[in-house]
Amino acid sequence: MKKRGLAALLCAVLATSMIAGCSSSATEGKGGSSAGKKAMEVGGDNVTTINVWTFIELHQDFYVSMAEKWNEAHPDKKVKLVLSNMPYDDMHNKLSLALESGEGAPDVVDIELGKFPAFMVGKIGLMELNDVIAPYKDNIVKSRLDIYSKDGKEYGLPTHVGTTVAFYNEKLLNDAGINYKDIKTWDQFKEAGVKYHDATGKYFSCVETSAQWMVNLMLAQKGGDYIDKDGKLNLTSKEMEEVLTYIKGMQETGAFATVPGGQPDNEEAYPSYNSGDYAVQIMPFWQTSRFVNYMTDIKKQVAIAPVPVWSETDGEIATIGGGGTGTAIIKSGKNAQLAAEVMAFIKLSEESNKEVWNVLGFDPVNTAVWNDTSLTQNPDNKFIQYFTNYPFDTLLKTKDSIGILQAYTDEKYPSINNEFCNVTLNSIFEDGMDVKEALLQSQQTLSNEFKEK
Amino acid sequence: MKKLFYSKKIAPYVFICPFVITVLLFWLVPICNGVLLSFQDVLKEQWVGFDNYSRLLTDAIFLKALWNSFKYMAGTLLLLIPFPMLFASLLNSKLMRKADFFKSIYFIPALTSVVVAGTIFRLMYGEASTSLFNQILGLFGMSPIKWLKGAGTSFFALLLLACWRWTGVNILYFLAGLQSIPTELYEAASIDGASKWQQFVKISMPLVKPTTVYVLTISIYAGLSMFLESNMLFKGNNSPNNIGLTIVGYLYRQGVEKRALGYACAVGFILLIVVMAVNIIQLKITGTFKEERE
Repeated sequence: MKKRGLAALLCAVLATSMIAGCSSSATEGKGGSSAGKKAMEVGGDNVTTINVWTFIELHQDFYVSMAEKWNEAHPDKKVKLVLSNMPYDDMHNKLSLALESGEGAPDVVDIELGKFPAFMVGKIGLMELNDVIAPYKDNIVKSRLDIYSKDGKEYGLPTHVGTTVAFYNEKLLNDAGINYKDIKTWDQFKEAGVKYHDATGKYFSCVETSAQWMVNLMLAQKGGDYIDKDGKLNLTSKEMEEVLTYIKGMQETGAFATVPGGQPDNEEAYPSYNSGDYAVQIMPFWQTSRFVNYMTDIKKQVAIAPVPVWSETDGEIATIGGGGTGTAIIKSGKNAQLAAEVMAFIKLSEESNKEVWNVLGFDPVNTAVWNDTSLTQNPDNKFIQYFTNYPFDTLLKTKDSIGILQAYTDEKYPSINNEFCNVTLNSIFEDGMDVKEALLQSQQTLSNEFKEK
Repeated sequence: MKKLFYSKKIAPYVFICPFVITVLLFWLVPICNGVLLSFQDVLKEQWVGFDNYSRLLTDAIFLKALWNSFKYMAGTLLLLIPFPMLFASLLNSKLMRKADFFKSIYFIPALTSVVVAGTIFRLMYGEASTSLFNQILGLFGMSPIKWLKGAGTSFFALLLLACWRWTGVNILYFLAGLQSIPTELYEAASIDGASKWQQFVKISMPLVKPTTVYVLTISIYAGLSMFLESNMLFKGNNSPNNIGLTIVGYLYRQGVEKRALGYACAVGFILLIVVMAVNIIQLKITGTFKEERE
């Protein structure tokens, strides 16, 4: 008898331990994700806690220092930011699941441009921000607000303009007898590349396979896009074919080649530039922070210049904004309105935009800052110290001609982006597939996904 | 009441009930729910009939993922069944010295996390001429290869990772099977003049068949549902030309990355059917059902 009782008891223990096992592992899971967590310390009563998700750790420090300024200016509306940093894919996937299930979303979240349109489908879980943006709107580069908008409603606060510029390794180019200031058009760019390659045997610039910084720039300059006026997929357009064929022509000269990692902003690629294997990058302005942090051997060698154009006489747009992070507010959040006000201050005010440059090295969206020489020529600034010329001189030249692609705001763009960076560009530049054929194939793949004929 | 509690008839059911409840709650309900979702567009909250399935048939990327998973499964079956069986026989033989030492050595990779191992393998297969595998090639005077950009080389990388990790585990399975074979059989065979190889083929192989069938079954499932290895090797779910994309990878991409949960459920359901079909055929051929009946 006793034994049986014991068996029953054991059985019960087993069953409860199983259930307990489940719950304890669940809390562990939550604890695990707090690896990159950081909380502000705010004194006093009446402090509202705001949860923020980021995917770039540098942003955390910036948000905290600006939130402290907000608290000083608004003692009645003090906030305490609790920030969690997660890897890029993880964070966006987690956000999408949280919005889908209606549980576990933060108050504020950084959403990357390439992913933003995915959150503009169906019932939008993000808050409309027109009201809080309005006070700052006059000085903000309009195209950067537009990329996070749908039907006139703004859903994201931009971090930077991401003006696409050319980073020339002035020293290497000079040694090869090339003056980067003479490069105005793509033809001259290509010619300079060949000359450089002949002189040094090294590569001039890379051909991208896992990003579209240069492709998008050249496409926009030609007036092309990934979609047509009706929003239909249009990968096989004349402009697209011309751009890719042109880049392929560059690759065939031998002076341009694919780079490890597939694009300049990649941990495998930084050493290639740092060691001088590649001399030039066509990248959005925020690449400055990568130079300063990861390519330290070429300090005082790199100059920032406007990107080449197809033809100097045409009225084509000079450059585009590349990449970007839109800070969004979750609509269902308890403190959504306050969060929106605070974040608008943190991201758009003149004060904060100075910090965007000082701390992050990005080109601020508030262009009022661009003319402040005490800021843009500050000799103590590490970014100014790194480059051979004043970065803002270049930015000011292109200020009024920063375009976008219509596709950036289209819900199809995340998939287009994915297809291009995985299949199309690799097929063309790694596997040597014909440009037309590769584009046609990708068009078919995506048409199937979007059920378009 | 007391009678009921101590009933010998009921006891077995009580003992298996935690398991049954778990299966029903965490397996059967999600599966049914998944099947229902596969007929919907979840984001738009609409029923779409067989739309998701008809789209699958013409989806070149899905077919590629399916093909990749099959290829990987076939590769792992070819490498991870015969060789571990052979190694297990060697370890089991009296001629082998320090067998325990080798057993542990083989088993260590199974204890490492795939996340760590995958990351290190990725770095070893780096594109630069300084990465480990390119240095090895360099020793033979060959030029560096972009390992993770070509279909063939990345398939090789995935298989090597799988072999490194699972060989030890399969050896343990086979070793358990081999040790249950009575030694008299081998003695009798050697008296009759059978060579070691003949003993292996005529005695060991047929008698470890139950183990082989078990390993085959789980390997088919593991091969077809592989995700993490590829995800770590390519640092994410995206690989050039989708050379590392598997069925589960595609499910994840559609369901989580692109928020097309209905479509992802259709992919998952197809995976379920494929795994079941392959395994039922396999169990039929190996005669496992028959044995059960007997």
